[in-house]
Amino acid sequence: MDDLYRELIIDRYKNPQFRGELDPHDFTFEDDNPYCGDHIRVDVRVDDNDVVIEAAYSGEGCSISQASADLLIEFIHGKTLDEVKALTKDDLLELLGIELGPVRLKCALLSLKVLKAGAYGLGKDEVSDDLVE
Amino acid sequence: MSTTDHMIAAFDVQKIRADFPILSREVHPAVPLIYLDSTATSQKPLQVIAAMDEFYRYSNANIHRGIHVLAEESTAAYESARERIAAFIGAATPREVIFTRNTTESINLVTQSWGRANLNLGDMVVLTEMEHHSNLVPWQMLAQERSLRLEFIPVTGDGLLDLDEYARLLRLEPKMVAFTHMSNVLGTINPAAEIIRMAHEVGALTLVDGAQSVPHLPVDVQALDADFVAFSAHKMLGPSGIGILYGRKALLEAMPPFLGGGDMIKRVELRSFQSNALPYKFEAGTPAIAEAIGFGAAVDYLANLGMEAVERHERQIITYALERLEEIPGVKVFGPAAEQRGGVASFTLPEAHAHDISQILDADGIAVRAGHHCAMPLHTKFGIPATARASFYVYNTLEEVDRLVDGIYKVKKLFS
Repeated sequence: MDDLYRELIIDRYKNPQFRGELDPHDFTFEDDNPYCGDHIRVDVRVDDNDVVIEAAYSGEGCSISQASADLLIEFIHGKTLDEVKALTKDDLLELLGIELGPVRLKCALLSLKVLKAGAYGLGKDEVSDDLVE
Repeated sequence: MSTTDHMIAAFDVQKIRADFPILSREVHPAVPLIYLDSTATSQKPLQVIAAMDEFYRYSNANIHRGIHVLAEESTAAYESARERIAAFIGAATPREVIFTRNTTESINLVTQSWGRANLNLGDMVVLTEMEHHSNLVPWQMLAQERSLRLEFIPVTGDGLLDLDEYARLLRLEPKMVAFTHMSNVLGTINPAAEIIRMAHEVGALTLVDGAQSVPHLPVDVQALDADFVAFSAHKMLGPSGIGILYGRKALLEAMPPFLGGGDMIKRVELRSFQSNALPYKFEAGTPAIAEAIGFGAAVDYLANLGMEAVERHERQIITYALERLEEIPGVKVFGPAAEQRGGVASFTLPEAHAHDISQILDADGIAVRAGHHCAMPLHTKFGIPATARASFYVYNTLEEVDRLVDGIYKVKKLFS
């Protein structure tokens, strides 16, 4: 448990750095985790070279879902859209620095799923867990 | 000592706990289990495990039609379970007791069989805002197919049904009133007999979702005058994969079959079939035989404890739990006062999400549930994405409530 709630996660949950909404944005996407009601929206701005210049997230949920979104959004600043599309589950877990069981893994991966769905320009019905396998 | 005192004394929780092997395991090294998630599923006593084990070791065969010793023993054990379950809920005859997979399937049986045969364009069904998805989605599916009108008895801020609004809805002459007897989130025990009496006055039928009430309260289907009652074994000390639909005999007889296949037929020709008699008409295919037998053992166990005693025990725990939870700064417990609820306490903390509460409690071996508990519209109504839920059963103790409260203080400290 101590590991799961390492200081970084509690800190990012209580003092998020990238919480908010961007208007205008180049893409936005939102989705829920149906098992627990976690909700994440991401808004992203890119420059002419498709490099992320600004990004933010909003929503509600547990510390794992919200802290992982905060860390992920920080991480993608300066990355290209192709790099964002190529992000994997392992990349996100490395950012979090913890091991998660199957239920909490869904909390952690929601932000990545939402981000990638937005980056690919998917429709609401096209989102699948394949994005974060 | 009065009779009541004597009965309380006879409810020996430590003796009960000794019947549940899982309660003596450790969930982390040197951390014993404190199981506060019985509303999701209950634990199983040795008597249930042994009955199923014995069946597979000694009597296993398919039921009905076999003319050999094992088939006869299996059939007798399966039908005996049905009889004991019928007696447990006060059914007039075991033929009114249909084995299904669970409460959800029982309700789908009613919507798909009775509903499709009796409901058409513009007909109205009354539900409540506190329904579990299992008593909501099947009606939504039917409403879509048949263009029905669904109306909902509102839930008050105290977690009670607004019966004045219900009376108003009844003036619109619904065909069916389907409601939960006890909320799996708020713990509210609804006045089922009154709701049913009012429905019958306007000619509506009633379906009682008994998934939470039958395990925790004395429920007599004839005293309630219910038309249909659905419940599951796994929430009342029995195995998963088996549930009951109780239905009034005349109604069940008039209904078309639900699933087609073996055992539900009297006679089959290439292009036609004749349905079997009750209850087999609604039991297509090989049923969950060992599970039915386990269910019978579970009902015996509860009947032996006495459902009045079970209810009293849980009332004592929830009364204490509400007192202790409410003394924690910031904790908000949803639902009515202890007198009107069963052993369920769903709560939120301002500092931490329900998932985090649950995860931190788990480190101390405390199992609670976190989420919307399959009642998303109710959570939407209260404006919260999720709650943590502690629920209690025959094997829980007041000391376990104290451990829960200690655990919540740990959560507060971590997130402060």
